[in-house]
Amino acid sequence: MTLEPREHTPLWLVVLAPVAAVAASLILCSVLILWTGQPVLKAYALLLGGAFGSSFGIAETLTRSTPLILTGLAVAVAFRAKFWNIGAEGQLYCGALAATWLGTGMINLPPVLMIPLLFVGGAVAGGVALLLPVFLKVRLKVDEVVTTLLLNFVILLLVSFLLEGPWKDPMSLGWPQAAPIVDEGVLPVLLAKSRLHLGLLVGLASAILIWAAMRWSIWGYEIRAVGLNPQAAGFAGIPVNLTMLRVAMLSGGLAGMAGVGEVAGLKGYLTLDLSPGFGYAGIAVAMLANLHPIGVILSAVFLAGIYVGADSMSRAVNIPTYIADVLVASSVLAVLVSLMLVRFRVRFR
Amino acid sequence: MALEIRGITKRFGALVANDAISLSVAEGEILALLGENGAGKTTLMNILFGHYVADEGEMLVDGRALPPGDTGAAIAAGVGMVHQHFALADNMTVLENITLGTERLWSWRSDTAAARARIVEMAEAYGLTVDPDRRVEELSIGERQRVEILKALYRDARILILDEPTSVLTPQESDRLFDTLKAMVARGLSIIFITHKLHEILRVSDRVAVLRRGAVVGTVATRDADRESLAEMMVGRKVARPRAEHLEPGRPVIELDAVSVAGPRGGNPVLDRVSLTVREREIVGLAGVAGNGQSALAALLSGTLAPSAGTVSLDGEPVRRFTAREFITRRVGRIPEDRHATGVVGDLTVWENLISERLRETPLWRWRWIIDFAACKAYARRLVEQFDIRVAGIDGATRLMSGGNMQKLILARVLDRSPRFILASQPIRGLDEGAIAAVHQRLLDAKRDGAGVLVISEDLDEILAIADRVVVIHAGRTSPSLDIGDADARRLGLMMAGDLQHGAGAMAS
Repeated sequence: MTLEPREHTPLWLVVLAPVAAVAASLILCSVLILWTGQPVLKAYALLLGGAFGSSFGIAETLTRSTPLILTGLAVAVAFRAKFWNIGAEGQLYCGALAATWLGTGMINLPPVLMIPLLFVGGAVAGGVALLLPVFLKVRLKVDEVVTTLLLNFVILLLVSFLLEGPWKDPMSLGWPQAAPIVDEGVLPVLLAKSRLHLGLLVGLASAILIWAAMRWSIWGYEIRAVGLNPQAAGFAGIPVNLTMLRVAMLSGGLAGMAGVGEVAGLKGYLTLDLSPGFGYAGIAVAMLANLHPIGVILSAVFLAGIYVGADSMSRAVNIPTYIADVLVASSVLAVLVSLMLVRFRVRFR
Repeated sequence: MALEIRGITKRFGALVANDAISLSVAEGEILALLGENGAGKTTLMNILFGHYVADEGEMLVDGRALPPGDTGAAIAAGVGMVHQHFALADNMTVLENITLGTERLWSWRSDTAAARARIVEMAEAYGLTVDPDRRVEELSIGERQRVEILKALYRDARILILDEPTSVLTPQESDRLFDTLKAMVARGLSIIFITHKLHEILRVSDRVAVLRRGAVVGTVATRDADRESLAEMMVGRKVARPRAEHLEPGRPVIELDAVSVAGPRGGNPVLDRVSLTVREREIVGLAGVAGNGQSALAALLSGTLAPSAGTVSLDGEPVRRFTAREFITRRVGRIPEDRHATGVVGDLTVWENLISERLRETPLWRWRWIIDFAACKAYARRLVEQFDIRVAGIDGATRLMSGGNMQKLILARVLDRSPRFILASQPIRGLDEGAIAAVHQRLLDAKRDGAGVLVISEDLDEILAIADRVVVIHAGRTSPSLDIGDADARRLGLMMAGDLQHGAGAMAS
C-alpha cells in the first residue's frame, strides 16, 4: 500500500471527509455502547436529543461551546503558523485572573466600558502568558510544546495560591474562590432562563474576524507564509520572529478571552475548577476544524453537543458519560486520518 | 548480458516517469544514461535498486529475474548504487561505514582484520585510496565518494550505478574517478553512469542511452556520437545557449572587504577574509566545489546572515543591517540556491509568491493592512505574461510548477524591481535546456540594463558561458579574479582544488 500526493483535491472530498470521519467514530463507539448492553440507536438518539432536541439543550450546548470556540481559535491560529501552543488552558486561567483582578472592585465603570475592559485585560493577560515560551523559542530554540504545556501547571498553581491566600473571598465560607465579579462586569444573558451569555457573540465575532484577517490582511498572509515555509518567508523579507510573536499574542489573547467569558459570563467568580480542560479540548476543536476559523465554530458546537448530550444520555440509560470523551477522541483521530486521505491517494498493489 | 531491463513503466499519478524503458549492459561495459533533469534517469535506477516498484516490466541480472521492490535482493544479485547524496555516517570511520550492515548478526566481534585487508586490496586495485581508519566527517567530498564506491564493491557489486557522480568533484577529481571506472570494467564489472554532461560521456562511456520524457529515444555507441548529436537527442531539438557580450563595466554595485563568517563552535571560518567586487554591467562567476562557503556567501548577500568581520557595501554605502528586507529595499535581487525550500512557499498560490517581496508597497495594499487582491492579481498576471511563466492559472499552488517555471517566477519577482545587484545562486540547477537558455538570457539582459550580477555555480560550463570574470572559492577563501579569457577548465580545476593563487599570474599580465 502506498500513498501518493494528489495534485487536485475535489471539493466534495474536502466536505465529505470530516463528515465521514465523524460517522466512523460513531460506528466505533457503538461497539462500546453495545458492550454496556444498551441499544445503540436509542443511545445516540438520546445524545442528539439532549444536545439539540430542546431550547434548553441548545442553549446549554451553545453555552458549553463558547469557551471552546475561543480556545479552538487560539489553537487554530497558533498551529497555522506552526507555533505549537499547548497552553491554552493556562492562558484561559490567565484571562480569568485578569478579569478577577480588574472586575472585583478595583475599577467600577458602566457595563459598556467595563465588559470590553475585562475582555481586553483578559486578552492581554493570556498573551503575556505566552511571552516567555515565544521568547525561548525564537532566541534559544526551546520547544514551545514543552514550555507551554508545563506553564499550564505553573499557572494553575498560581491560581490555587491566590484562591487559597490573598484573593480568597471572606464570604465564601472557606471555599477556595475569589470575590464575585461586580454587577457592571457580568456579561448579559442572551436568552431568557438560560446560561447563554455574551461570550458566545464574542467568540463568533472573533472567528469571523480571524477568518477575514487570515485571508485578506497582510499579517494573515505573513502568518500563513511563515507557517507553510518559514525559510522562504524570511527570505522574502517577512519578519519571521515578529510574526511568531504576533501569532503568540493573538493565540494567548483568544484563550484569555475564553477565561473572561467563563468568569464574567457563566460562573461569576474564579474557582479552581473554572475550566474542565477547555484549553486542551481547544486542540481537538481546532484539529477537527482542520484549523479553519469558521470550521472552529462548527466543531466547537459539535464537541459541546457531545458533552451535553452525553450527560443527558447517561441520565436516561446506563451509559457512563466517559463515552463523550471516547467519542471526541475517536472523532479527532478519524478526522486526522481523513485529512490525510484528502491530501493523498491510497494505492493498493 | 550482465543486466537487462525490459519494458519498465512507472507512473506517479498522471506523470509517466518511465515509459516502457528497455536497456541492457554487458559485462565490462560502461553505459552512460543521458538525459535532462526529470527525464526519468534516477527513477529508473531507483526501480532497479528496489526503492520503487515498477508498474510494468521486468529486470534480469545475469539472466535471472530480479524481484521488484526488494533492495536486499538487488544487493545480493550484485547491484550496487552510489547516490548523488551520500549515505554515510559522519561520526564513524571509513572501515565501519563500509562494513556496516554486512557483519554477521550472531557473531560476538566483527572480523576487522580481514575486512581491512579486503578494503585495502580493493582500494589499491581500483585506485580508490582512502585511509580506512579516518572518520568520514574528516574526508573531502571526493574521498567520501570513494568510500561509497568501496561500500558497493565490498558487497560484491558486479553492476555499479553512479548517479551524477561528478557533480561534486573538481575536473581533476573527475578524471581520477574515470580512471577508477576504467579499471573496474577492465576487471569485468558493469557500470551505469548517470549524467547530463556530454563531455564526460564522450570520455568515459562505451555506449550511451538517451532518455527524454521518460522514454529511451536512442542508444548509440559512444565512438559514433558527438556532442551536437547527443545534445539534440537529449533535448529533442537544436539548442543554443546565449553567449555573453562584453560591456564596459561601470561603478561597483557591491563590494566585500575582508568579510569573514565564523564557523560553528569556533571551528574553521566558513568565509575567511573574502574580498570581492561586482560592478555595473558585468557578470562575475563564483566557481568552486560544493560546500566551500558558497552557501554562506549567498546567505550573506541575501541579507539572511551577518558577517562576523569585514564590511559589505552596496552602491558605495556600507550595509549595517543584515536583513532580507534591507537588501530588498536597497534593490538587491536574490535568486536562492534552493527554489523549493527558500525561493517560494510551495503551498501558496502563484500570485501570492509573486508579491511576497513587495507586500507593503502601493498599489498592492490598502489602508496599511489589507491586501488589494485585484491589484495583486493584475500585477501577477502582467509578470506571468512578461516573463513567459507557464502556469495553469495564477491561483494554482506554486508547488505544482515545473522547476523552470518556478525559476522564472523568482526571476520575475526579482527583475521587475530593476535591481542594482543580482545574486544568482545555482540559477540553472535542475533546469532543462530551454529553461537554462531563458534564465541566462534574462541575466544577460539585466546586465545590459546596468545591473551587476554574481553567479554562484558548481557548473564550470555555465560560468565560462556567461561570466565576464571568475573568482574561485575554496575552504571559505576566494581567489583573485580572473578574466574569462584567461580561464579554462584545467586552471579553474586546480584553483578549485585549493591552489587559489594559480590564477595570480594572469592577474599580473
